[in-house]
Amino acid sequence: MPERSWRSLFRPSVPLVVAAILLGGLALAMIAQINAKDTDDYSGVRGDDLVELLKSLDATNERLSTQIDELTTTRNGLLDSTKRTEKAEKQAKLRAEQLAILAGTVGAKGPGVEVVIDDPDKNIDAAGLLDAVEKLRDSGAEAIAINGVARVVAQTYFLDDDDQIRVGGREIKRPYRIEAIGDSSVLAGAVRFPGGVMDGISILGGTASVTEQKKVTITALADVKAPEFARPSS
Amino acid sequence: MIPVIGLAIGIVAGLVLKPTVPTDLQPYLPIAIVAALDAVIGALRALGERRFNDRVFVVSFISNVVIAAFMVYLGDQLGVGSQLSTGVVVVLGIRIFANAAAIRRRIFHA
Repeated sequence: MPERSWRSLFRPSVPLVVAAILLGGLALAMIAQINAKDTDDYSGVRGDDLVELLKSLDATNERLSTQIDELTTTRNGLLDSTKRTEKAEKQAKLRAEQLAILAGTVGAKGPGVEVVIDDPDKNIDAAGLLDAVEKLRDSGAEAIAINGVARVVAQTYFLDDDDQIRVGGREIKRPYRIEAIGDSSVLAGAVRFPGGVMDGISILGGTASVTEQKKVTITALADVKAPEFARPSS
Repeated sequence: MIPVIGLAIGIVAGLVLKPTVPTDLQPYLPIAIVAALDAVIGALRALGERRFNDRVFVVSFISNVVIAAFMVYLGDQLGVGSQLSTGVVVVLGIRIFANAAAIRRRIFHA
């Protein structure tokens, strides 16, 4: 009996042919339905379903609007903070530059004066030179270098060493050439006025001359030593 | 073998002709397809149990499709179309699963 039912699958009979047609129709219908699914056509959707669809679309729309609002707020906040950060960064950079010039860790250029101190008799000692530098600084010199090798900053020391003077550990030779960046006319005035640099030097037995310059370039750097004991208090 | 040939012809025809579903039939076709699938799975089970009868298959196929489509139509008329079609799909799905489980047990003995 089982044998017969298997064989019957291969022997055309009317119901079997009908079954084949039905299966073919099923395949055709499935493919048609799958194709129809791909198209965004609502013509075959029931009214109830359409209403539901519309409702869910409305809800989604509302949710998305809320989301957009939230995200916009977030974005604006981020933009604001970015702007603030940029500003702070710019200020910090400016401050760092200013401090670097003060500390002598970068080169500097700008208007200024060049003071040449001639000392043929070797009368000028470290104190005399320091005096001249102090006078320049008092009149607003922002960056000072001596002989192009010794940058004068807060920690720089002046020392007598036999015939020579050491500035910040560097030996400098005569004649001394002090380059100072600042308001050139004010600086030149500080050199020339009675009791100024010129007078001070000539009392010690040397001669000083000053030239105002539009552009002084200081390339000498100070040796920076990290503080060993001092720590920022804030 | 002949039904398989019919199936192949149907697939090829579907792919080549790219038929579109008539608008009037659109709500009923998916349900009818599920109902037909139920009949086909039932036939496969019967085939495996060596009690396949082509007459029974043809009748069950046609009646399944017609009844399923009619129920959806009726539901639409009564205003419960989507609920009723969901119910029909659930029932047919349960039947498909049951038949598939029977086939599986027969093939894998598990």
